[in-house]
Amino acid sequence: MPWTQVCCCYDGSFPGFLSCVFESYVHKEEPVEFRTPEDLSCSLYPQRTIQTHPAHAQRVYRSLEGKLGREGRELFVRGFLTCLPEKELWLWRFLRMGYDRGPSFTRNLTDPTVDTVRRAVQHLNSEAHQYKGFTRFSELHGILVGEIEPKNRVLPLLRPHFRGRYPGENLVLHDRTHHEALFSRPREWAILPVEDFHPGPPGEEELQYRKLWRSFYDTIAIEGRYNPKCRMTHMPKRYWAMMTEFQKDWDTALPELPDASSPQKGPLV
Amino acid sequence: MELLDKLNILADAAKYDAACTSSGLDRSGRPGTVGSTMMAGCCHSFSADGRCISLLKVLFTNYCVYDCQYCVNRRSNDLPRAAFTPRELCELTMGFYRRNYIEGLFLSSAVIQNPDYTTEQMIETLRLLREEYRFGGYIHAKAIPGANPLLTYRLGLLADRLSVNIELPSAQSLSLLAPDKKKWAILAPMGQIRDGISVSKQERRLCRHAPRFAPAGQSTQMIVGATGESDRHILSLTQGLYDKYQLKRVFYSAYMPVSTSPLLPAPQGFQPPLLREHRLYQADWLLRFYHFRAEEILDEGQPDLDLRMDPKCCWALRHLEFFPVEVNRADYEALLRVPGIGVRSARRILTARRVGPLTFEGLKRLGVVLKRAQYFLTCSGRPLRGLHVTEDGLLRHLLALEAPATLSQEPVQLSLFDSAG
Repeated sequence: MPWTQVCCCYDGSFPGFLSCVFESYVHKEEPVEFRTPEDLSCSLYPQRTIQTHPAHAQRVYRSLEGKLGREGRELFVRGFLTCLPEKELWLWRFLRMGYDRGPSFTRNLTDPTVDTVRRAVQHLNSEAHQYKGFTRFSELHGILVGEIEPKNRVLPLLRPHFRGRYPGENLVLHDRTHHEALFSRPREWAILPVEDFHPGPPGEEELQYRKLWRSFYDTIAIEGRYNPKCRMTHMPKRYWAMMTEFQKDWDTALPELPDASSPQKGPLV
Repeated sequence: MELLDKLNILADAAKYDAACTSSGLDRSGRPGTVGSTMMAGCCHSFSADGRCISLLKVLFTNYCVYDCQYCVNRRSNDLPRAAFTPRELCELTMGFYRRNYIEGLFLSSAVIQNPDYTTEQMIETLRLLREEYRFGGYIHAKAIPGANPLLTYRLGLLADRLSVNIELPSAQSLSLLAPDKKKWAILAPMGQIRDGISVSKQERRLCRHAPRFAPAGQSTQMIVGATGESDRHILSLTQGLYDKYQLKRVFYSAYMPVSTSPLLPAPQGFQPPLLREHRLYQADWLLRFYHFRAEEILDEGQPDLDLRMDPKCCWALRHLEFFPVEVNRADYEALLRVPGIGVRSARRILTARRVGPLTFEGLKRLGVVLKRAQYFLTCSGRPLRGLHVTEDGLLRHLLALEAPATLSQEPVQLSLFDSAG
């Protein structure tokens, strides 16, 4: 008999999602929609509100490596960090495929489900790699403070990189899109939700280094090879707002986001 | 002189050096040090000319005793001169590195007094950086031709990658434009670095704590378009460098008019050969990742690369007997020869076809560029449905794909009011 189709409401966390998987298998119900508390729209399918249950989530998580293989597990776990629309549904299908066919299913690169999840994870990975380079820190009272505005949730991927690179530093990296921040100091770290983020004003030395960097950036380009298109291909403009070399207002700590309600100012003609 | 002015002068003097990457070495950060490196390298920004900025690229000094015609820093050129002190440069590097502006330091230098003295200054800087500032990030250093081999060896122990620029593609051009540099004097340190790397690798197999000599390998660069060498000459030179000296990379730098010397192309109206440089890099990729040999890409009858089309397409058109390639049976090397299939998509094909036969629809999902590859492939013995192309038409189709890159002028929107005449 086919499983009943339902809409799962959960708290939006990864253990919550794993609990959904657990409940679906217990009650033999197939989720066709997932809702988090932020979603206000209602569904035509019968709703199931799933409580996050750490023990259930653990059980599902432990099954992943055996059923999906090491690669499949990584795709599944990272898939949850991506900005793929309806990522829960794609991951659910991915998981079902894995449970049915075993670890070799990740080789089927032409399958739409595997391909979609793979592409989403690829997007996440490449964005994380780009942010390893494009993130800019400011030194404010001995703490390195940076801000990013990624599409995917890249903080968990950036954490080992920056902690390894600056082992002795205290650093804060704020994710504007998902309102969370990485706080790190030697031997301790946390990724926490952040409501409001206002770093203090930069010191004299910080301003001096920004000035030096801007001047280096402008000098290093060869005028005879000016190629703005190539630059934008490698470094799309959405990264520019957070980068020191493109900021003019260098008394403020970090740039203000352009207000969404006010019209954008075009170049003065 | 202020640090800002020095930085401007010495970054400006270094900007023509193309050989600047941060790849080839994985080293994780350790407590007590600052910095790590990544195998793939990391670009921290892109300058207005579209080139990657990964390292703080500066000269130690631009006071030079040589008078190479193609070089901005030649003795006879009248421009502001400056030199860092080792400590200034270390402070600057650490300040930039902590703010994640850069992946490390690229240190080159003009020859001040003599090659030995120059190298000593560079060694002092790098020693300070590594030992006192405990810097664990990437360092790319230029070996100075003519310096004492022992000094070059010490430089290699401090740096991750070394490079020696061979500057011009032939000994004749070198003696014409850079009379102070000799071919053997350039090749000698390259040979020394190659031997140093292999000895260090052997030693480290025996003992974990043996010193690492240039662990990220060596690279070089040459200027293209300043002298009359053919692409065939340049590519076979490149091939030789990869084979004999085990270089990681060869960089090509399109000549920018920096001099009015009668020996060089006149600066007025000179267009740097950027497209040619691009085609050379494409051919270089074929040598390094696609199992091509220089002789295959260009031969006696065809000394220069076709600017209208990439070298792999050109090869495919000259070897139509090799095609079509059957996706479901062909081996990795054969797949790599198909235009539109790269290293990554070839690997994916190998993985995916173990599950079931591939179709053209599936190839698209794998990332194969079908608009190029469709003419050269069959899936289970059948070509793409509805595709009828003659040999002649094939050339036209492929040329049309490259049109935007090879266009000499930007297309302009027609207007009623401009240029009435």
